[in-house]
Amino acid sequence: MQLDWFPLWLSLRVAALSTVIAFFGGLALAYVLANRQFRWKEVIDAAVTLPLVLPPTVLGYYLLVVLGRQSPLGKMFEGIFGSPLVFTWKAAVVAALFHAGPLLIKSSRAALESVDRSYERAARNLGATEWRVFWRVSLPLAWRSILAAVVLAFARALGDFGITIMIAGNIPGRTQTVAVAIYDAVESGNGMLARTLVLVISAVALLVLSIANRLGAKRFGSTYTPV
Amino acid sequence: MIRARIRKNFAAGPESSAFSLDIQLELGAGITVLFGPSGAGKTLILDCIAGFVQPDEGRILLDDAILFDGAAHVNIPPRERRCGYVFQNYALFPHMSLRGNVDFAAKSIPRLERHRSVTEMLERFHIAEVAGRRPHEVSGGQKQRCSIARAMIGGPKLLLLDEPARGLDAPLRVELYTVLRQIRAEFGIPILVVTHDLEECFALGEEMLVLRDGRLIQSGPPRKVIEQPAGIEVARLFGIYNLLHVEIRVLDPGRNISRLRYGEFEITGPYFPGRFKGDRVWLCIHPGHLKVSPADGKLGPNQVRVNLLRAVEKPQAVRLEFSGDLAAEVPRSQFERHKHNRDWVIEFPVEGLRVL
Repeated sequence: MQLDWFPLWLSLRVAALSTVIAFFGGLALAYVLANRQFRWKEVIDAAVTLPLVLPPTVLGYYLLVVLGRQSPLGKMFEGIFGSPLVFTWKAAVVAALFHAGPLLIKSSRAALESVDRSYERAARNLGATEWRVFWRVSLPLAWRSILAAVVLAFARALGDFGITIMIAGNIPGRTQTVAVAIYDAVESGNGMLARTLVLVISAVALLVLSIANRLGAKRFGSTYTPV
Repeated sequence: MIRARIRKNFAAGPESSAFSLDIQLELGAGITVLFGPSGAGKTLILDCIAGFVQPDEGRILLDDAILFDGAAHVNIPPRERRCGYVFQNYALFPHMSLRGNVDFAAKSIPRLERHRSVTEMLERFHIAEVAGRRPHEVSGGQKQRCSIARAMIGGPKLLLLDEPARGLDAPLRVELYTVLRQIRAEFGIPILVVTHDLEECFALGEEMLVLRDGRLIQSGPPRKVIEQPAGIEVARLFGIYNLLHVEIRVLDPGRNISRLRYGEFEITGPYFPGRFKGDRVWLCIHPGHLKVSPADGKLGPNQVRVNLLRAVEKPQAVRLEFSGDLAAEVPRSQFERHKHNRDWVIEFPVEGLRVL
């Protein structure tokens, strides 16, 4: 029997795209959370964390309401791109985003906050603008932890089931990601396909985790602070 | 030239008590040491000047630029203040080479000249040979010099150093002092060095400020300040003096002396202008100025009887610690002859006693 590899490619594409989006958006938000003091800061942080603790179906339901074809956002999307968002592969990206984003924002914030403030102070003292401080000092020093977070976010985005099935559905060849395909295969008694996909996705996850662990190890001796 | 008037209050927190800083200082070219115990607010002063901490009120002027003015709501960001700052842990960027660190600070120098300027600076501070290495690959002294070179390359109008000799061994300290004197000679800017080491004040400072609990309590040339502490607080901070709490029994302005009651003894001291009979006052005397000898029954003028508690070997002498919180330093040869003796007599020379 010929195996259908489409779900795996779709999952990888969706996970990669959502990780890229989460990276740029998440890093900016993480920087603000790590460096600025303002009201509602911890409320925003909590809101960002919410997707990690809510049941995926609940999130999926919210998203259906907010992004559905009858909602203002859904109509706007349809107006701009000419096709609806829900029940397309783009909706799967949105679903994955809700797994990758929180993880990235939380980890990047922690990584940026763990950079010894004296380096940033020194950089400002030496005439660097905030932009330069971030790109030349904060980011390089937090880089490995952030990269580890990116890899983890990718792995997490790869495996979403609940949100995807709610807003992207289970359309073979169009929106059927690996997690959904496995469920579908088991339901329809296609044990061979289920086993293969389970093994492949486990191997990918293991590989990604070992990369993340290696990145997490620190580089400049045991600590960043030279005393 | 920097002129600063800084006030900053911190309310008591769960783990810290309330603290207030209220100082005024004016420094010209040359090395000034800021001396004080930990928690006196030394680093806070540097941070206010460099712009990391915003004072509650006051005014900071560097040459003719206003860095901060509480009343006029002027608060220049740290990057525009041109205050070189050598941090306590050097804060060299660990992911850049020494050259990269200095180069990072050379952004304002035109591209064509930058490479040459950086090389010159690296050579001036003798780190050119290790310029390609990362901070964790070089010695403490090289890190220190790199951090000074990095602070100097932008052409600061003031150099701040936070406990620069901390963690350096004796030869490196000497080297650091040489480097600082070199900067003083070549750049002619005010240099403010924070320290809690008295010897460093002597070695470095042309001017010394004594800070305690957020207040400047004495200033002047280090030798003068250390020889004549302005009060019991300052003398206690120095931690080198014998402190005598005495009661004035007789004042004799004619012979410029006084008779004082010290515990059960009566001694002759200097005259106290503006004091009355019966006042309790503090005197201090340096351990090296005390005359000590083994007790032989009779007490001469200005002598008191004490017990030897402990003898501590010092590089050049022996420090004898006696009952009554008194300590004296004597040459080792003098002590060796009487080292099993317990009963001693201490004499206070009138000229060694200083009024606090």
